[in-house]
Amino acid sequence: MNDRSVNMTGVVADRPGQDRRPGAGEIDVGKPILTAEEFSVFYGDNEAVREVALDIAARQVTAIIGPSGCGKSTFLRAINRMNDLIPGCRTSGVLALAGQDVNAPGVDVVALRKAVGMVFQKPNPFPKSVFDNVAYGPRLHGVGGRGRLAEVVEDSLVRAALWEEVKDRLQDNALGLSGGQQQRLCIARALAVQPRVLLMDEPCSALDPRSTARIEDLIGELRGDYTIVIVTHNMQQAARVSDMTAFLYEGRLVEFGLTDQVFTKPREKETEDYITGRFG
Amino acid sequence: MRLPTRKLLDRSFSGLGVFSILLMAAALIILLGPIFVRGFGAFVFRGTVEYRRVMRDKFGRGDRAAIAQEVAAATAARQNVYDAIAEFEADRSRRREYRSALRELKDAVRALLGPFPDDPRPALLRDQYGQTRWDRARAKLHDLLYRVEYDYSDETRMGVPLDVPRANDFKGTSLEPLFGYIEQNLEQMLRPRLTVYWRFLFDESYDAHFFGGIWPAVLGTLYLTLGAMLIAAPLGIVAAIYLAEYAGEGRLISVLRTCISTLAGVPSIVFGLFGLAFFVNSLHVSGSKSVLAGSLTLAVLVLPTVIRASEEAIRAVPQTYKEAALSLGASRWHTAISVILPAAIPGVLTSIIISMGRAAGETAPIMFTAAVSLGKPLKLWETLSQPTPALPWNIYNLCTEHAAVDEIRHVQYGMVLTLIVLVLLLNITAIVLRARISKKLRG
Repeated sequence: MNDRSVNMTGVVADRPGQDRRPGAGEIDVGKPILTAEEFSVFYGDNEAVREVALDIAARQVTAIIGPSGCGKSTFLRAINRMNDLIPGCRTSGVLALAGQDVNAPGVDVVALRKAVGMVFQKPNPFPKSVFDNVAYGPRLHGVGGRGRLAEVVEDSLVRAALWEEVKDRLQDNALGLSGGQQQRLCIARALAVQPRVLLMDEPCSALDPRSTARIEDLIGELRGDYTIVIVTHNMQQAARVSDMTAFLYEGRLVEFGLTDQVFTKPREKETEDYITGRFG
Repeated sequence: MRLPTRKLLDRSFSGLGVFSILLMAAALIILLGPIFVRGFGAFVFRGTVEYRRVMRDKFGRGDRAAIAQEVAAATAARQNVYDAIAEFEADRSRRREYRSALRELKDAVRALLGPFPDDPRPALLRDQYGQTRWDRARAKLHDLLYRVEYDYSDETRMGVPLDVPRANDFKGTSLEPLFGYIEQNLEQMLRPRLTVYWRFLFDESYDAHFFGGIWPAVLGTLYLTLGAMLIAAPLGIVAAIYLAEYAGEGRLISVLRTCISTLAGVPSIVFGLFGLAFFVNSLHVSGSKSVLAGSLTLAVLVLPTVIRASEEAIRAVPQTYKEAALSLGASRWHTAISVILPAAIPGVLTSIIISMGRAAGETAPIMFTAAVSLGKPLKLWETLSQPTPALPWNIYNLCTEHAAVDEIRHVQYGMVLTLIVLVLLLNITAIVLRARISKKLRG
């Protein structure tokens, strides 16, 4: 395993004060919002994520790449504890959100998931109206009043770049939207509860190239407002949308660094082999 | 296998399929056809003036003046019969010889036309009126014209019934032409007319189903069925959610599942006895039989079906809905209520309505807990303490325990038709509702 030196601090040392793209200067890279230390996830006896240590910076896009079964989705789903659904799944080590261990006893999972939104591999809108889909979270967390709710829904849809397309059909069933629209609706739904972190689990794998491009544009727009962690199979996508890239292989964190550096000058042999398509 | 052989096998298999479907359709038509035709006879038939008298006296229906006129005309036609019999009776010389034949004749006339004008008012309602239906009047006419004698001439066989004309009994007397007169003039005496009695469904019943409709039984069935579903549906849905979403795969849970499956196969008479022993005798939910006790028993009967089918429907909801709700911070029960249950509603609803059909048609569970043969339509609050007639029980009761079931077959068939249509309607509702909601969910 690549040691703790591959973390945010080390990375910042690599590129002091430089702006890789517009707006990056506002990113507070010094303060990681998510910290993993010796973090492992087990399915029964099988260790799916092995002692991963990394810091994810606030308001940046972090991509997690790796071949199938490398534990990247498992790691992602550990952040908002979606793995709780899987019987026999347990963790060790520390995974902290803003300094608070998410697996500590007494942590309110509801509050955690309110702070950490998630977008899934397949678009999964509820079989309800577009409005009710977006309003589901706010209603759940007690946003009252029709006016206030409509405001939140519109704001979320605008942020998800979907408002113009659906503003006249808010009461239509969400399943009538196209796949790409459904996925942006799911993003709007996640944004409506005002999370600090947005997890995306291969959000474009079920979409056509044009819809994929729209989602990628959207990720670019959300960057700076939200901390985004995206798991992807598609290395071009990781290169296009992310600031930082983590490469996982067989549950280990092999390499973590600036996206440019990981893709152009990988430090590890395994990373290079994977990126150049020798396996995976 | 060679190609021609495969083709032949293929064709013969599809032929077999078509054949079995056709066979089933034929069986259904053969089964349902007579039920529908005869049940229809309870609603549409040739009603006599006696029918209109009953309607006027008991339900206050019909144009009084018109009915009075009709009764007068019928009475005029009957007067000849009464006169002839009175004249014959007046001749004391023949009284002994013809005593029993005359008594039988008079009884037959009473059965056909109602009491003689100078008879005291009979105690039973059915004896106060003549035949209300033309088909029954024809049968009674036959009884009047012929008496049955048995032919025992062949010693190796049972006696063979023979129709002997009563006219022969009165050969050479002034009564001999009477039989021909009655046969010729029965229409004037009873004045049959095509009658549509759709209120058969909504009328109270009089004198053990001899007159009126079947409303108490229909209402009782509705009470029992709705009551059972009011109890079984919430319990069943909650249990299904628990089994599908909360319960793990523990030993206790698997035992529980087996119990539920087994319960679904227990004969309904066992549920009936259980209901009597538990709800009536142990819990004393009511002093004796009541709609409440019957509904509880029926609820227990359909509960396993509701649970199993609802659980399947809930399990069929895509896991992604659940994940989405949970990822937004919904608690488990909120996820179940707000996302999973709405998505499973078509299946849950189907299970409930199918169970309703079952509850509506069951006889055994209510025979000890809720059903009586006769009764008034119950008020809603009376269902807590009072028993009720109910269609399935009354059908059984009419054909096994009624004193004169041949007289009122039409009521029995009317009940059968009503029950079948009721269950059919429930099932059609289930199908339509399911299709609609599924369509809505699919967007």
